Amino acid sequence: MRYIEQQTVVKRMNGRLIANAIFKYIFLAATLLALLALVILLFRIVTQGAGNLSIDFLTNFASRFPDQAGIKAALVGSLWLMMVVAPTSIILGVGSAIYLEEYAKQNRITNFIRMNISNLAGVPSVVFGLLGLTIFVRAMALGNSILAAGFTMSLLILPVIIVASQEAIRAVPGELRDASYGMGATKWQTILKIILPAAIPGILTGSILALSRAIGETAPLIVIGVPVIIQFLPSGVMDTFTALPMQIYDWASRPQQEFQAVAAAGIIVLMAVLLFMNSIAVIIRNKFDKRY
Amino acid sequence: MRPSVQEMIAKSNGKKKKKVLEKIIPIILFLIASVSVLTSIGIVLTLIFETITFFTRVPIFDFIFGTTWLPFSNNEAQFGIWPLIIGTLKVTLIAIIVAVPIGISAAIYLSEYASENVRRVVKPVLEVLAGVPTIVYGFFALTFVTPVLQAIYPEIKIFNAISPGIVVGIMIIPMIASLSEDAMSSVPKSIREGALAMGSTKFEVAWKITIPAALSGIVASIVLAVSRAIGETMIVSLAAGSTPRFDGDFTDSIQTMTAYIVQVSKGDAGYGTTIYYSIYAVGFTLFLFTMAMNILAGYVSKRFREEY
Repeated sequence: MRYIEQQTVVKRMNGRLIANAIFKYIFLAATLLALLALVILLFRIVTQGAGNLSIDFLTNFASRFPDQAGIKAALVGSLWLMMVVAPTSIILGVGSAIYLEEYAKQNRITNFIRMNISNLAGVPSVVFGLLGLTIFVRAMALGNSILAAGFTMSLLILPVIIVASQEAIRAVPGELRDASYGMGATKWQTILKIILPAAIPGILTGSILALSRAIGETAPLIVIGVPVIIQFLPSGVMDTFTALPMQIYDWASRPQQEFQAVAAAGIIVLMAVLLFMNSIAVIIRNKFDKRY
Repeated sequence: MRPSVQEMIAKSNGKKKKKVLEKIIPIILFLIASVSVLTSIGIVLTLIFETITFFTRVPIFDFIFGTTWLPFSNNEAQFGIWPLIIGTLKVTLIAIIVAVPIGISAAIYLSEYASENVRRVVKPVLEVLAGVPTIVYGFFALTFVTPVLQAIYPEIKIFNAISPGIVVGIMIIPMIASLSEDAMSSVPKSIREGALAMGSTKFEVAWKITIPAALSGIVASIVLAVSRAIGETMIVSLAAGSTPRFDGDFTDSIQTMTAYIVQVSKGDAGYGTTIYYSIYAVGFTLFLFTMAMNILAGYVSKRFREEY
């Protein structure tokens, strides 16, 4: 019988330990590189755009002159867009999630709906733009209105809201449900008064994150034909409008150097809106994160 | 006197409204749930019908096999899709070269080496990276990455495939990292600890145990990231240019399928013109590419999953 030779072990072990140490730092470096990209991106945009940020920038309409250009129409337009997208997508998303989690039987139709939702999540946003252009802008003759853009965006973020709501509903403990039935409540009463209140923090968090995706999305708006230079504020959902990412895209694609700084200032505003929404989502998640 | 329980039940059962509600609600919810199905059907039908109209004007053969994309020429318009596909593939290739090594390394670091505290910091930051709007990435590509590349290698034009490729790569890193990390974390601890107890180093555990066991999830994450890169629109619209070309040049202006749709939508291609219908044909091609990738990802993660 051969014994393990101490020397071979020591010799081999050294190499293996060195490889382990080297790769540990390679993996760490790769992780840091990804984080570094984010830092550079944010730093560049702040240094480029901070000089253009002012009250005037927030209260001026778009202009041919970089120093007078403002983001008012886009900011207000994005808020209008959210007023359509938020109710539409949340009602559709939560309704679908309740159906799938509480009512759907295990059959082919349910499986098909599930598979369909995950496939829909993988469709590029520009293709949703084509759908919106055909159905909402042309067939339903909504034109390039807030309503048409809002419906298109709602369908785009629908899969995200459905999946988040499903997870939130699934996380409600079964005892609550059993207790409710035990007290004689009907199924719908249980859903409305027990399950939804318990699931609402999760649903809201997921919905806000989905809405922040809709705020930053540009491609579908371009395809729908949302204009850029707008000198008035919309007064209803059938009005035409412009949105933050559209305005940024227009500035960024202009050749003049000055407009690059204006675009960066617009990005700061957009990122501030996103940061605000994400903080609300985090606060909701932390405040209502009940453990049953 | 308060009513007895029997009386309350009797009263409650007498309410017709409640019974009707219990019957109607599931139907309403089913209709709501079918909106997502209708959306898919709408997308497919829209693309198919408008593409068919396009093929009544441009022979399908020219579209699928043509290598010249010249839609705006007045008398010699040509609609061969390949230059747009090549442009898309160039950007996707660069993105994958950037994102796969970094994304998977980050996933290995997070699942095998990082302490709980490090994970708690790094994962949300990666989520932020995933939440940055693509228009911001596009601006970053155009105003930072391209000038940096030009400083290193002056031959690179303002619009090229490399800069948007790198930035699309940065954009999909979080996707690869987080999906791969999920796959690696779901490898049972007992296997990992078994290997460690046999004297393996952490690197050997990662390389010989975790990665092979999580391979289906890792490959699926890469395929999904490819699908995202193919469908990415704003980064390429801003930084890749609008010159469809059928060659292997990465340093000059190109055009992707998505960027073409944006270019036409931005201009005023009148409703009903051949150019108007061409965005649906291009969109349909794009849809087929991404759909194939999504189905492949689903197949890989199901078929090759290691069950423990």
